Amino acid sequence: MTINPSIKQLLILSGKGGTGKTTIAAAFSKLAGRSVVADCDVDAADLFILLKPEVKEKTEFHGGKKAVINQDLCSRCEFCLQSCRFDAIVDYSVDEVLCEGCGFCFRICPSNAIEFNKNLSGHLFDCRIPENREFLYAKLLPGEGNSGKLVTELKKKASAYCTQKEKEWLIIDGPPGIGCPVNASLSGVDAVLLVTEPTLSGLHDLKRIVRLVQSFKVYTAVVINKHDINKEVAEQIENYLHQENISLAGKISFDEKVVTALQQEKSILEYPENIAAQEILTIWNSLQTIRIKI
Amino acid sequence: MIISIASGKGGTGKTTISVNLALSVQPSVYIDCDVEEPNGHILLKPEITSQKEITKKMPAVDLNKCTFCGKCSELCEFNAIVVMKSDVMFFEDLCHSCGVCSNFCPERAIYETERSFGEIRKGHIKSESVSFIDGTVKVGEMHGAQLIKHVRKEIKPDSINIIDAPPGTSCSMVAAVNGTDFCILVTESTPFGLNDLKLAVQVVRSLGIPFGIIINKYDENFTELDSYCSSGNIPVLLKIPFDRKIAEHYSRGIPPVQVRPELKEDFRQVYKTVNSIMQARCTPDEKR
Repeated sequence: MTINPSIKQLLILSGKGGTGKTTIAAAFSKLAGRSVVADCDVDAADLFILLKPEVKEKTEFHGGKKAVINQDLCSRCEFCLQSCRFDAIVDYSVDEVLCEGCGFCFRICPSNAIEFNKNLSGHLFDCRIPENREFLYAKLLPGEGNSGKLVTELKKKASAYCTQKEKEWLIIDGPPGIGCPVNASLSGVDAVLLVTEPTLSGLHDLKRIVRLVQSFKVYTAVVINKHDINKEVAEQIENYLHQENISLAGKISFDEKVVTALQQEKSILEYPENIAAQEILTIWNSLQTIRIKI
Repeated sequence: MIISIASGKGGTGKTTISVNLALSVQPSVYIDCDVEEPNGHILLKPEITSQKEITKKMPAVDLNKCTFCGKCSELCEFNAIVVMKSDVMFFEDLCHSCGVCSNFCPERAIYETERSFGEIRKGHIKSESVSFIDGTVKVGEMHGAQLIKHVRKEIKPDSINIIDAPPGTSCSMVAAVNGTDFCILVTESTPFGLNDLKLAVQVVRSLGIPFGIIINKYDENFTELDSYCSSGNIPVLLKIPFDRKIAEHYSRGIPPVQVRPELKEDFRQVYKTVNSIMQARCTPDEKR
């Protein structure tokens, strides 16, 4: 599928969890008029809580397969036990938590006692939010793997909407960490906004996610959230960004109203007189000028 | 005894709680299983005594033997192999190192090589009786859960082991929590915290692990969280109100118990409660 170059995909990531990705994503989805919004944190999707979408369609997601041993046919030869690299065969049955669905046991079993079937690993929700816009999110079933595949599915759907409906933005709320769902969400985006906080952990994790994002060669900017919690570390972050030639998209002040808004399941933008709301607005406006360059 | 600290939502305070607990119930072992973004070392500042690279198996092909039949690609459940006219490509990000391709290749043309994908460090905390272990996956490597399994091999079963788990509820979180004796789920007084707590509770329940909750940045005005815990009979082990001082110390990498030693008693109480919950779960026969 060719993606219309006038659609810009903006991905919000952080490395460290809990720095404010979803708060910012929720604000941006209100500000970006002609947009599609996608929540790619499929492990712990939270954006729907603020956007209160109307679910139009729920589809099943089968990420992989799982093996099951038929006890009537099993001859106790233990070939499966020896072949499984994931220690998933325990007492002649498959521990479904440990099974990664490679099929080794199924193929090696001389008694054809192992079944190998598709496994339901999550759901995709196709929704509408105000102004008749599309919002997509997904929920991985607790404990499942294959989150990267689910993110890819979700993004495919979201991009298709963007092209069909001639949107300007695809706003993507990303997962924490630097693992497979993060990689899957990075593929094909035009810009990444990294949300960090002025703590030594925040800076440490920022450096790791920056290395990952740089390998994707995509426009990257950073937001320092709660910057006034520790001005020294905030300054260290700014120095680091300067060294790496990464632009600072803006700083957001620690504002108790952010927590209050969240507790009432509202976007911070519903408190426009508040400092954090104004700062987020400024960041959004600065992204509009960057838009032409990316 | 192995206690895992997990959360669902990121940034709720797993590392702060794990570090404080490890410092409060010495002798103990702190094990950082958040291999994508390990932060425990920032707070604990361990003296590292050993460091080792961890490898995983990766397939490679002997093109002299390969007939480009495509069997490997057909059998690979992870779509990690593409067979072309005169070459074979392995996508390392997708490969789970399961060994199916090398084992079932009719020409025996596929062999396995070892590739480093992360490291494990061991050490101890100066003037404390706390051992330190952490795992760090290389940037760009996908299989954090695999590294977590290696990190857990370093557990010292006779000690109090505190596992700092990664956020989320997927395979990495399960790899860190599965088979532990007790899981402490850390949440916060927001709808995000509550929503993700519910997901994490589903995971630990399905794994059959006894668990309790610590509410960090506790706010009594957010009553939904308290009613969820009481209606589900979920023990709340500790409530820590938001304290800007604690946040500021954390930002400098200083664990709260080092600036407010009286907190140690709270964490010792958490450990006692965990123990009594576990004892209550034993059948009368086991107790005797």
